[in-house]
Amino acid sequence: MARRASPLTAFVTKELRHILRDRQTLTILLLLPLAMVVLFGFALRNDVNDIRIAFVDPAPDYATLALRARFAGNGRFNPVATAATTSAIEPLFRRGKADVAVVFESGFAGHLAAGLPANILIISDASDPNTGSRMQAYAGAVIASWQAELHAARGGVQIVTRTRMRFNPTLESVNLFVPGLIALVLTLVTALMTAISLSREKERGTLEILLVSPLRPWQIIVGKVLPYLALAFANVITALLAAWLVFDVPFRGSITLLLIASALYALVGLALGVFIAASTSSQRAAMLGALVGTMLPSTLLSGMIFPIASLPGWLQPVTYVIPARWFIIIARGIMLKGVGLNDLWAPILALLVMLAALMLVAIRSFKPRLA
Amino acid sequence: MTPAIDVHDLTRRFGTFTAVDAISFHVDDGEVFGFLGANGAGKTTAIKMLIGLLSPTSGRASVAGFDVLTQAEEVRRRIGYMSQRFSLYDDLTVRENIALYGGIYGLTDAEIRERGNALIDELKLGGAADELVSALPLGWKQKLAFSVAMLHQPAVVFLDEPTGGVDPITRRQFWEMIYAAAARGTTVFVTTHYLDEAEYCDRVSIMVDGRIAAMGTPVELKSEFGVRTLDELFVRLARPEVASGPLPGVRAEG
Repeated sequence: MARRASPLTAFVTKELRHILRDRQTLTILLLLPLAMVVLFGFALRNDVNDIRIAFVDPAPDYATLALRARFAGNGRFNPVATAATTSAIEPLFRRGKADVAVVFESGFAGHLAAGLPANILIISDASDPNTGSRMQAYAGAVIASWQAELHAARGGVQIVTRTRMRFNPTLESVNLFVPGLIALVLTLVTALMTAISLSREKERGTLEILLVSPLRPWQIIVGKVLPYLALAFANVITALLAAWLVFDVPFRGSITLLLIASALYALVGLALGVFIAASTSSQRAAMLGALVGTMLPSTLLSGMIFPIASLPGWLQPVTYVIPARWFIIIARGIMLKGVGLNDLWAPILALLVMLAALMLVAIRSFKPRLA
Repeated sequence: MTPAIDVHDLTRRFGTFTAVDAISFHVDDGEVFGFLGANGAGKTTAIKMLIGLLSPTSGRASVAGFDVLTQAEEVRRRIGYMSQRFSLYDDLTVRENIALYGGIYGLTDAEIRERGNALIDELKLGGAADELVSALPLGWKQKLAFSVAMLHQPAVVFLDEPTGGVDPITRRQFWEMIYAAAARGTTVFVTTHYLDEAEYCDRVSIMVDGRIAAMGTPVELKSEFGVRTLDELFVRLARPEVASGPLPGVRAEG
């Protein structure tokens, strides 16, 4: 029996060649998850690092020294000055040489030992209110943890500070971003790239040749989709590795489950891409359609950046049809909370339903009989 | 024996507009059939129905002995198609394009290799076989596209304005390839706007407003209508208002 490649294999080979030959696009697509994780992780994170801290310690004692050492040992804080009075550190604030000041009262250790309230005042540079309150929160967290240890050791410790902790006790916003970034990268590679590649065949007239050939419509779609599915997998792995190696983002759940969910989400994106290509008549329209129809909602309406609960009431139901919304719930659940299928069946089911509906529309829109 | 193409009352309407109006004709095995008509006469709609891209409103047609509506799969396996637009992939090499279309039409790896090599020798593309198709001159691209459409040795090949924009020498070479294909038994169904090319066809039909206004061998048609060239006949049928006036030498625009 002579060796014969199946029509589908021949078609997939062609698709792989298109992708591999366009080196620039391929490089961008492969580096995209890395660039996005690093960008979001470092530049766009809401965390504040390298906080320059000044201490006002009118009467240093063992307790204030211990607490100052605790600040110095914490990676976020960088002690820049110690003064005896608040007025002495005022110029530092004005010249932008300090971000936060921690003011101890005199007799701090004595109050602690006597079981009396020991007062600390945290002053922060709130010219950027977000950063200001966040820096206060970090400083409060350092004090609170020191107090907790002291309390456990000998009891009866009261330190009074004005800040309080917020949600996300580790205060790492990158943890919350990474699942959203995976969703974004997957959307880009699947929906956008399939829409472009398929509408290019339409625009150049090669699709007509394919439709006249013995290739069946489903083979054309599968042939288009398979190589991008592989690329999407590479992207998920890159994003996870970057998140783990660069930012120590925890991974508490099952990686297999996350990969399965990613494949499911990628298929939804691919079907969406096919649908967009089928309903537009040029590459340009397909590209804009994919950007507006998938990238924007995936970023803004998915809960990736803005919590869904903070959207206006009429907009919230719209998020139910945004695939990224469900994928982010799944990915955050698996990565940050370590939950499994028992808790995630609902969003997975939502993605499955969307996939089934989109596949139906996509295959239907590619009937070779054009009318 | 069934003709290579057999068409009966084939009709296609778009809304109230009748693009193809109950045309009937047949094309014999191994014939070179010229399918002529002005732009908008309904040629493209008719071809699309024959190659299975459009379903007829009424009437029927068979290609290579199979009904285009009910046996579309069988038809697809036996036809080749070269569209007006260049249909090879620019970012693939000559050999990769050959491998793709050979694979799609179910040729074995050995067949693809042998026929590919023969094709490359015939077109004298030896040096460019592993070059990207985008690097080839237009004339070569068109000849290559034709050869690739013939790779699976189809019973019938449809050529939609295959020589648009190529130089006269390449056009001549192209027609030599068409004759060679017909000599090997492939039926050739070709549309063109070059009426000198129509003279090379065994038979031609001229479509006007969705109907076939004239059909026969070039010699028969010229004597039947009392004209010296097909060009003259075409203008008289397609643009009667021009032909009746004193405007000799007006060409049908492409």
